[in-house]
Amino acid sequence: MGDIIQTIVAKYNFWIYITLMMIGLYAMIAKNNLVKKIVGMNIFQTAIILFYVSIGAKRGATIPILEHGHGGGHNVVHAIDYANPLPHVLMLTAIVVAVATLGVALALAIRVYDRYSTLEEDEILSQIREE
Amino acid sequence: MKVIGLIIAVLTGGLLIYAAGDFPAWSDPASPASTYLSPHFIEKTMEETSVPNIVTAVLADYRGFDTMFETTVIFSAGVACFLLLRAFRRKQPEARHYRHVLTGVTVRIKEGTKLPPSEDFERIDSLWTPHDLIIKTVCRLLIPFIQIFALYVIAHGHHSPGGGFQGGVILGASIIVLAISQDLRTAVKRMGEKLDALLCAVGVLIYAGTGALCLLLGLNFLDYSALASVLHVDPITARSHGILIVEIGVGVAVMATMIWIYNNVSSKGEYDQGL
Amino acid sequence: MSLQYPGLIVVVPLLSALVISIAGWVNKRWCFPIAVAGLSVAAYSSVGLLFRVLDEGVIVYKLGGWDPPMGIAYYVDHLNGLVLAVVSVVALLNAIASKNSIEQEFPERIGPFYTLYVLMVTGLLGIVVTGDAFNLYVLLEIAALTGYGLIAMGGGRGPLSALNYLYMGTIGACFYLLGIGYLYIMTGSLNMVDIARILPDLYQSKAVMAAFIICMVGVWLKMAFFPLHAWLPNAYTFAPSASSSLIAPLVTKVMIYVMIRLILTIFTPEFSFNILAVSKPIVWLSVIAIFMGAILALSERNLKKMLTFIIIAEVGYMVGGAWLGNRVGMTGAILHIANDALMTLCVFLAVGNIVYKVKGAEFENLQGLFRKMPFTMGAFVIGAMSMIGVPPTCGFFSKWYLISGAIQAGQYGFMVALLFSSLVNVVLFFRVFEICYYEPFSDHHGHGDHHPEPIDEAPVTMLVPLFIVAAILVLVGLYTGDIVNHIVEFAIPKGLV
Repeated sequence: MGDIIQTIVAKYNFWIYITLMMIGLYAMIAKNNLVKKIVGMNIFQTAIILFYVSIGAKRGATIPILEHGHGGGHNVVHAIDYANPLPHVLMLTAIVVAVATLGVALALAIRVYDRYSTLEEDEILSQIREE
Repeated sequence: MKVIGLIIAVLTGGLLIYAAGDFPAWSDPASPASTYLSPHFIEKTMEETSVPNIVTAVLADYRGFDTMFETTVIFSAGVACFLLLRAFRRKQPEARHYRHVLTGVTVRIKEGTKLPPSEDFERIDSLWTPHDLIIKTVCRLLIPFIQIFALYVIAHGHHSPGGGFQGGVILGASIIVLAISQDLRTAVKRMGEKLDALLCAVGVLIYAGTGALCLLLGLNFLDYSALASVLHVDPITARSHGILIVEIGVGVAVMATMIWIYNNVSSKGEYDQGL
Repeated sequence: MSLQYPGLIVVVPLLSALVISIAGWVNKRWCFPIAVAGLSVAAYSSVGLLFRVLDEGVIVYKLGGWDPPMGIAYYVDHLNGLVLAVVSVVALLNAIASKNSIEQEFPERIGPFYTLYVLMVTGLLGIVVTGDAFNLYVLLEIAALTGYGLIAMGGGRGPLSALNYLYMGTIGACFYLLGIGYLYIMTGSLNMVDIARILPDLYQSKAVMAAFIICMVGVWLKMAFFPLHAWLPNAYTFAPSASSSLIAPLVTKVMIYVMIRLILTIFTPEFSFNILAVSKPIVWLSVIAIFMGAILALSERNLKKMLTFIIIAEVGYMVGGAWLGNRVGMTGAILHIANDALMTLCVFLAVGNIVYKVKGAEFENLQGLFRKMPFTMGAFVIGAMSMIGVPPTCGFFSKWYLISGAIQAGQYGFMVALLFSSLVNVVLFFRVFEICYYEPFSDHHGHGDHHPEPIDEAPVTMLVPLFIVAAILVLVGLYTGDIVNHIVEFAIPKGLV
């Protein structure tokens, strides 16, 4: 029992982010309104970004920017003192991709609204069935 | 549908949580992610690229190819919004609203006719509210400072948190704040549509062009040390300068795309009245 | 310059897309030549690269000059080279053939349309050529976003279909990203060859198994493998002809390539087939996919929608063939990637010609087409023969390999599904031929003064690429032995029996 509790406490960041991801995934599948699905998509992508960034943390380390890089002589740099820079780089890309997808999704929702005058999926399906 | 969604979410979440039992603990310094690639990045960045901000060095140099495609993603989102929404044959709005400047009387004109432009009447949006003098003035005064800060963020990306993406978004926000506080037509007059679209492509061209220049100079694509002969510096400093050039390209492209997407989405492509 | 082919394949289309975007504001007539020029350089580089790989073996190209795994590297081997050549040639032929239809459907949006078109081809070429797992995600998103924009240009139901495609495609790409994240946590690396080197010590770990499953599900979402196929029929039917004849042959096949990369290179065949015992259920899923695709196609009255259900069945062929777990089946799957891309291009180009002339693809519009458009229908017949699996077209040979692989692996259900699907394809296509052969019922019937319909063919720029593709179908079929012995044999690692 003790080591289960220790496992839960040691990795609580993963549990939280996976729960957030599943909330976003449920919203994308189950909600009726198209904009609510877009919001769910945003939650899902943001949770994945948080998940990755949490990989890069290191106990007792500072941000990955070298102070006095140019001026104060070449101090020896120990990797143990600095956080992992690679997940931050990957997630810069993922944030931009999420914003781009959000923009295109909103543009598509505007076109759908122009055509069907509603954003609820069941009303759109009934309009299509009548055509 | 809700039941299916719930089942899928629970099953997927269960699989993910079950698998996360194998992960190293949070912020463990001995995890594979912290001991394999990142020590090389942290320890060797200064001597290989002479850029103190390790994240910028990895973003724009070691994994610069990814960043070029990321800029292309934002560019293609801008082009897709433009392609989908831009109304080339503008349909006439149902009513236009004008306001007499001196007395504050609002005039509503129906069905497509418009008043000739004159000093006494200004065009207002149908969602216009009065008493906006404070907002308009404060935003107008703040915009130059926002832009200076954005340029600082881009240029200082080598030494502090920042870089092209962050600075580009702040630059874009400075124009969008003009569109929100006054109206869309003012912002479009300041930063025209054609200039916006061209800047977007030019930004990505700066990035891809720098890489292609390195290719033409004999080394592989995006190998900035090839720029040493063009810039007359040693290869390490050439890498630092190459990173600065591509960050400027990224900043320009992101700024232009943010403004472009906002213009298209908020006015439904008609560039008539925004939010 | 031949050392730089891997770089040129992706860079030249990207640069030409940016130039097209600028040229669209200056003079619209420059967009088409620049697009064709960029795609031709990419096609030339990829064919040249394939020949270099045949001579030298695996080619490594380091981007930015950094050694992998610090930087991003391209690994071009036989599998890559073959798919690259097919993708670039298909994109080039389609660009030439759809010029008239683009000018007819959106005359004032030519600039942005060609920009998105060439960017989509850039994304697809980049997915195939890269050797870095995260780079693949970024390029996947480029191909996806441009695809949504291109599909949504179809009037009517286009935007709604594109929005549904967006939801499912984003879930798929995010699952792939999550899987790569799990692999990164366990191995610390993002380079495909490097991960394959580190993983064998970790095969018993739950996280690696979960990473494999999540990546697979993400890739299946993007290739429309049953039961995750709901977005494909509407998205491809309601897209404009120029977009659907680019997206339909290429996107699903490139995702099959990604799946085969995952199975063979990142997680070696020993893990995928022996340690993880899911081959049999997946082959049964693909059997269901083939049956569903065939049966749903029978009920459609729209030619384009019927073809999209056939695509779903073809995806079932390739997934089942790859998961059979033996060399013959994998050969069939890889060969079918190339063959199916060419067959689908041929058929969709023919449908594009028909829509250009007749303005509709419902069965009622297709009457008398053998008389009115004989050349288009001739090429359509060759494409249909290839989809049914008639020698000497290429479709027969890849089906032969798949059936042999099924027999060797003991998966008789898969073999029955393949034969059933061929028979249903016969019914589907001959029904279409029958409708196209007979003239519409007219009042002069039986009075002897039959005025034959004049030949009202599509323009030459739409016909010539169609003939080239039809000829390639027969040529690839005749040279299948060479292709298998020199290229596909080396694409599969030695460990697979």
